[in-house]
Amino acid sequence: MFLKHAALASGLALMAGAAMADCQISGNVSIVGNEFPAIHTVANGAAECTGGEVKSNLTADHQKINVAGMQGNPAEYSSAIIANSSVVALMNEDVIRPLDDLVAEYGQDIPKNQLITIGGKVMAVAFMANAQTLAYRKDVLEEIGVDVPKTYEEALEAAEKIRAAGISQYPMGGAYAAGWNLAEEFVNMYIGHGGEFFKPGSAEVAINNEQGVAALNMMKSLTAYMNPDFLTHDSNATGAEMEAGNVILMNMWGSRMGNLMDAEGAEEQVYSNITVGGPLTVGGGKTSASTLWWDGWTVAKNISDEDAVATFLAMKHGTSPAILNDETMGQAVWMIDGYKPAPVNDGVFAAIAAGTTSYPMLPYMGLLHTALGDNLSDFLLGKESAEQALADAEAAYTAAAKEKGFLQ
Amino acid sequence: MKHKSFFWFVLPSALAMMLFIFFPIISVIVQSFHVEHEQVIKVVETCDLFGCKESTTIDQEASAARREAQPLGQFAGFTTYLDRNHLAVDAVKSTWGTSNSWRDFGSQMLNLPFYKAIGFTLTFTFVVTPLVIILGFVIAVAVNSATKLIRGPLIFFSLLPMMITPLVGALILFWMVDARGIIGTTLQHLAGDPDLSVKASTPLMWIMLMVYGVWHSAPFAFIVYYAGLQSINLETLEAARVDGANRWLQIRHVVIPHLLPLTTFIALMQLMDNFRVFEPIVSFSASAHATSLSWAIYNDLGGETRQMSSAAATSVLTIIGVAILLSPVLVRTWRDFDRK
Repeated sequence: MFLKHAALASGLALMAGAAMADCQISGNVSIVGNEFPAIHTVANGAAECTGGEVKSNLTADHQKINVAGMQGNPAEYSSAIIANSSVVALMNEDVIRPLDDLVAEYGQDIPKNQLITIGGKVMAVAFMANAQTLAYRKDVLEEIGVDVPKTYEEALEAAEKIRAAGISQYPMGGAYAAGWNLAEEFVNMYIGHGGEFFKPGSAEVAINNEQGVAALNMMKSLTAYMNPDFLTHDSNATGAEMEAGNVILMNMWGSRMGNLMDAEGAEEQVYSNITVGGPLTVGGGKTSASTLWWDGWTVAKNISDEDAVATFLAMKHGTSPAILNDETMGQAVWMIDGYKPAPVNDGVFAAIAAGTTSYPMLPYMGLLHTALGDNLSDFLLGKESAEQALADAEAAYTAAAKEKGFLQ
Repeated sequence: MKHKSFFWFVLPSALAMMLFIFFPIISVIVQSFHVEHEQVIKVVETCDLFGCKESTTIDQEASAARREAQPLGQFAGFTTYLDRNHLAVDAVKSTWGTSNSWRDFGSQMLNLPFYKAIGFTLTFTFVVTPLVIILGFVIAVAVNSATKLIRGPLIFFSLLPMMITPLVGALILFWMVDARGIIGTTLQHLAGDPDLSVKASTPLMWIMLMVYGVWHSAPFAFIVYYAGLQSINLETLEAARVDGANRWLQIRHVVIPHLLPLTTFIALMQLMDNFRVFEPIVSFSASAHATSLSWAIYNDLGGETRQMSSAAATSVLTIIGVAILLSPVLVRTWRDFDRK
């Protein structure tokens, strides 16, 4: 008797469960991606699919493992969540598959601008946008009677006034940690000065010019107003400085503005006054000294067809309007129907509206990024001139490009 | 023992060494002689969230055939070893021709990544190793002469720095040494300079890394010397005391000669370990101030760029470096063995 009741109850429960999840897959999904709230939301959305196993490995070191993990046959990961720069690494090693056929069959409802096409083939589906823009303390700027800076030169003037008023000795902030972060700041500043990274149509680098020197000099002027340990400060550390009330003006990622503006980790006067501004320009130019990034998902090449279909459907569900709710709405600038922008996303929208350049998706950009990250700190430490630092970065890039076959 | 029984005893570890040490090293050496095939680049139109533009990408079909035929890449001989990221032969030659003084030549050389890494690695090795030996010896003698009651806890505390995971220990020191941390503020107070920051200054960072190195490895020397001290011939010590030797003379003429073979052992281990210094540079985020050979390998391999041949070449150069460093100690050990 009891058994019959139990069987009936579990049968009903199962039916109810199946009715709720409108995502049925018949293969296995394994996701690898970065570790921040928005990506967690996507992975959880994908895990709602029933019928197959959905695993995810979200870690800040995802770029160290995604290529290797997808090179095996069958691949360890069936989907990698990547951004502009990391999709190039996957394409260079030929581990992701074009999605045109899957889009035609299952993804007709995906908005066209979310489809990232390279050479006419859809290689990824983007779901969020990100950019580095200004974050500032509006109460401090009011106190010293300064408008919100629109250019880096105005930011320097504001920093000098803040220091003179005794409010903070080191009011500027930015992710200037030697390595990837420092190189990213240089890329932003160089683009703001209107520089081109490579000779047109080739992989030969061309950054040792007046725009490069101007970019480095502006970065040096900014560091005069930063905590002297700036070469060890990544986004987390400089964000902590702002939450501690030491940093007043900071160049920060849109995806991290939520952490700065929430009620945790800072005093009420600090977090309620942190405001998001648009990207700054520099040197009188019109181009923002920033880059636009998209985050998207891909499907691996070395997996079975049914796993590929399952992955496509699961990831599509994970980035569909179904994942948007009060909690997840503010986590990123979702490029999804039904997304309602919040003040925390003003910066990224301003960046898009200002026509900010997107980070170059070139196969050899990663090598230049690494070379810059290794060689620019010597100039900021005052050990060598700007031209020498740029020449060192160019030489390091050239040697790496020769080894990888981009140059002869 | 008979050769046959020796062979059977050694077989399991010999097999493991062949599999996990010898063959991987051969593989790394082979990798270091190859570079990637020429990439065929094609111009394509790229469309993303923000619009379409012209861009370049690798022509996978054109490169695929070459990769199928030679998966290891094209044979490049010593090119990778001689390029700018390693021995930088061309750069060194031109610097030698143009520089005016040794100091000038030295600073130009230190600008090259490999020589910069080797500069710090060698300084670290030759400063930390003797300090570890001396400090370990002092701690061992001190603990050995402590009363039996507190010897146990004393040994535990002396071993703590080595027990902590290197990354975690270095991170703890990293935060204490921050300009607003306890050690950082004390240093500012002692130097009378409110702007002093260890993390912003290269010489201070080098000193900090070496202090960490000694702090982390001294327990190893301590425990080895402490074990050695237990086997000291008490009669010899007694005789020395009767002859009128004071504490220091006893140590100099009885204890130190007794511990000499252990010193050779510790020196060997420390030279090898310190040459491979890596964790402190990562935990202290010190790559702007100091790089090492192991860090250079990690930098090549990590991230999206994955320069395998460069990392392989640096690895082989590290192995050669360790062999050169250890050769005096090994030669002496061989001579001692041979004499017997």
